Amino acid sequence: MSDLALHIPTDVVNGPTSLAFALLAAVAVGLCVVMARRHLDERLVPLAGLATAFIFAAQMLNFPVAAGVSGHLLGGALAAALLGPWLGALCVTVVIVIQALLFADGAVTALGLNVVNMAVIASFTGYAVIVLALKVLPRTRWGLGAAVFAAALVSVVAASAGFVLQFWLGGEEVGQSFGAMAAAILGTHVLVGIGEGVITAGAVTAVAAARPDLVHALRGSRLAETAKESV
Amino acid sequence: MSPVDGLYRPGDTPVHRLRPQVKIVALAAFTCAIAATPREAVWAFGVYAALLIGLFALARVPLTWLLSRSLIESPFLVLALAFPFMVDGPAVQIGFLQVSEPGLWAGWNLLAKATLGVWAALLLSATTPIAGVLAGLSRLRCPEILLQITAFAIRYAHLTVAEVTQMRLARLARCDDPRFLWQASALARSLGVVFIRSFERGERVWQAMAARGYTGRLPLEVGPAPASALQWSAALAAPALAAGIATWTVFA
Repeated sequence: MSDLALHIPTDVVNGPTSLAFALLAAVAVGLCVVMARRHLDERLVPLAGLATAFIFAAQMLNFPVAAGVSGHLLGGALAAALLGPWLGALCVTVVIVIQALLFADGAVTALGLNVVNMAVIASFTGYAVIVLALKVLPRTRWGLGAAVFAAALVSVVAASAGFVLQFWLGGEEVGQSFGAMAAAILGTHVLVGIGEGVITAGAVTAVAAARPDLVHALRGSRLAETAKESV
Repeated sequence: MSPVDGLYRPGDTPVHRLRPQVKIVALAAFTCAIAATPREAVWAFGVYAALLIGLFALARVPLTWLLSRSLIESPFLVLALAFPFMVDGPAVQIGFLQVSEPGLWAGWNLLAKATLGVWAALLLSATTPIAGVLAGLSRLRCPEILLQITAFAIRYAHLTVAEVTQMRLARLARCDDPRFLWQASALARSLGVVFIRSFERGERVWQAMAARGYTGRLPLEVGPAPASALQWSAALAAPALAAGIATWTVFA
């Protein structure tokens, strides 16, 4: 079901909250441009463009979850693991804006909400989890895989928690059922996150085996296994 | 047509001929008017829907296309259907179901506004090519760096999407047909390969640009065309009407 969208449509979250998050998103994206340019200089435009094209293609790839049910990647943790949080968040932001303007997916008035959830929250929590997990786990194929799996799972749940927070701030008054609704949303996204985690971990370890220098989360160091093989 | 081309439907109608920047502003204004209208003013949403359907007819977009594309918001329609059972408040009886009245209004609100918002956005996507949308955003003073990244992304997304499709076919040809998540490792690895290829291509593109004297700015002297006052007034007529109705319903 590639035509389904989970981008927030018109007026699910009220005007003042949407505006506040739009400002937050604008500041965050501006900061991402500054930080990404610091690392890439004039290479920013072609490299970020190609990386965004990759995230775009990755989102089109449907993977099976269980018999008959398939999902597609959100890509926040994938972008953060490979490109770093700043460039990763920037690329996912561009994808969200393209989807809103060219595919009518997510309202124009909710752009700030969607960018904060799926680009900013997902990339930065994902990257933080990888960095923390790699301090504990061994720097092997399995260690990196486990760290990226956890990062993708946490990033998807954190992004949906961002929506729950926005809904709590400026959504419909649902009273006592709010807890049940939040639990349903977060629970569903734990399942989505497991799928995201498996695919993201597979993709990142494949890149780490071939070109460890392209995995931003490894910060230039190689995996233990590949280092032995190359000697 | 590649999926990267968006939902653009080529044509030569008054809606197609409007400059993209006025259409983007009109879309934002119309969406704000929809969002600001109180949920009890059911007739106002009827007027908005009639307006949009009229514009779709003017742009020669078939209604069946509109309806099939509206399904994009169906996950949120599930939320709309859940509201009558979740929201607290005085209950009303519908058939054998007991549902809360504020919940019904909340569900209606979400259903009407999400659908109208998607319709308004579809009108822009269906009548404006990608290059037009970028030119319009540039006229609206959107930061140039973001637009350049977006332009590169769209240009090369054709390639990466084709690569992903090609790899999928190659896997299918070798009888890889995963049904469960734990069987999808080949799929994940091919994603890794596409990333390496994309990144290496990015570096090659940058080197080619550097060889031609690129220093971080695209030497574009030709800006997108400005829109005339007539264009602005024509495009903003519908949002202005919607804003008028929204203001009327808020104060009435």
